[in-house]
Amino acid sequence: METGLITDLLQFLFMGIQRGAIYAMVAIGFNMIYNSTGIINFAQGEFVVLGGLMMVSLTMSLKLSLVFAFLMSVAFVTVVGILMERLTINPVRRPTVLRLIIITIAVSMLFKGSAMCFWGKGSHYMHHFTDAPPLEVMGATILPQSLWVIGILALVVIGYVMFFNWTMTGKCMRACAINRDAARLAGINDRRMVMLSFALSAAIGAVAGIIITPIIQMDYARGALLGLKGFGAAVIGGLGNSMGAVAAGLLLGIIEALSGGFISSHYMDAIALLVMLGVLFVRPGGLFGSSEEVRLKEF
Amino acid sequence: MLRLVNVNSYYGLVHVLKNVSMHVGEGEVVTIIGANGAGKTTTLRTVSGLHPVKSGRIFFEDRDITGWPAERLVDLGIAHVPEGRQIFSPMSVYDNLELGGHLIYKHYGRKRLKAEIDEVFAMFPVLRQRRRQYAGTLSGGEQQMLAIGMALMSGPRMLLLDEPSMGLAPMIARDIFARVSRLRQERNLTVLLIEQNARAALNISHRGYVMETGRILLEEDAGALLANPEVKRAYLGRDQREIWE
Repeated sequence: METGLITDLLQFLFMGIQRGAIYAMVAIGFNMIYNSTGIINFAQGEFVVLGGLMMVSLTMSLKLSLVFAFLMSVAFVTVVGILMERLTINPVRRPTVLRLIIITIAVSMLFKGSAMCFWGKGSHYMHHFTDAPPLEVMGATILPQSLWVIGILALVVIGYVMFFNWTMTGKCMRACAINRDAARLAGINDRRMVMLSFALSAAIGAVAGIIITPIIQMDYARGALLGLKGFGAAVIGGLGNSMGAVAAGLLLGIIEALSGGFISSHYMDAIALLVMLGVLFVRPGGLFGSSEEVRLKEF
Repeated sequence: MLRLVNVNSYYGLVHVLKNVSMHVGEGEVVTIIGANGAGKTTTLRTVSGLHPVKSGRIFFEDRDITGWPAERLVDLGIAHVPEGRQIFSPMSVYDNLELGGHLIYKHYGRKRLKAEIDEVFAMFPVLRQRRRQYAGTLSGGEQQMLAIGMALMSGPRMLLLDEPSMGLAPMIARDIFARVSRLRQERNLTVLLIEQNARAALNISHRGYVMETGRILLEEDAGALLANPEVKRAYLGRDQREIWE
């Protein structure tokens, strides 16, 4: 009985981390756009879906190699992100937070509708990245795909930190987020930074979609819930704080898996959202945000 | 070098600049004095492209720059040090300077950027000591030096300074003014300055403009303005007046 509990616990923990990794990546995407524009991009979940579905088509129908299909899918969604910014966000003459958010909601519906037209309503199956048999750790099984998910999250986080701390473009993006006017006076083109943030968050969303598709089987309508959970992670971690978002994403995934396993899988989503509400009641700035910052934010 | 012709601009429905015309010659230091809300800051923000021009023209070296975005004007050689020491507080002093020299990096590469940063360090040695610190942890005077250093990183020919002495102790304010005046000579800069501490500013200036409710009232040599009884009464005042600033 004792070993059974530990095995269960481990099993749920692995599941939670794997789910959480996806939430973390979606949350990073939210944060990037939030930092550059001050808005929540409600089409973030759709980037994930598009990435996953594109990957399915490229690998399963066109039989392209995994690496090539991966790069192609990410590139495709990145272009979609750039087009979204150029065609719907950039031309807005007097951008306010509310206007821009409503635009992103419209765009998300558009993406969802087009995805339904192209890929149909069914869910899409895709092979796991590697054929290796599941690993056993103290009775719990880990899918090799879960390891891929966790490994790629680690790579994304490392890449993120390196990009924003060591490259000039990354620093310029941070500068724009910190103080828009000062950044412009330093000669930084803020509009281009906004475009770049859309490109990057689309790319990260696509990566998340690609690596999760073999496990959850992607369909056109999954974006909303993935986006909601990712948004929850972003809020719990403190909006704009991406490392907080990673921690919060993993936490949210684990809580969800544990409550799904030990309480009831029907209430899994509800419990995750309750946790989010609870955190916001106690710490409105998120677990890792400072309360001082919150007062300066628009919402 | 810089010429404004009948410039009008608005904040929403509020008419802030009313037919403002002024000029700054090459190598000149020009000060705008005036009460709060006279439109001094808006004048600078309009010149540097942060605030849109409603009507009128702005010329820089005989080029019409009306309506250019701020980032392009920086490339042209106009550096604006806005009021309140606008630095990137959560980033290191070194990163701040790098960002200030972002265009140098883009045009000439990292080597040149390093050389420029070293030059700023030579000018403000205290920044070299503090290069790894977060900019937000610097003292007020150091932050102002950093803000000026960042502006210099873009290799400007014209410097717009908005209240460089605001909130600084008198000694430190004097130091900043001395540095600005030295910089002008060393780098052959043209300076357009706004200052509440009108006396200190006029002392290092060639000419001055007096602004009131969005209009230019008066333009004269700095010496003449310092001696003008009206200006003396309204803007120079007794030293105590500066305390609530």
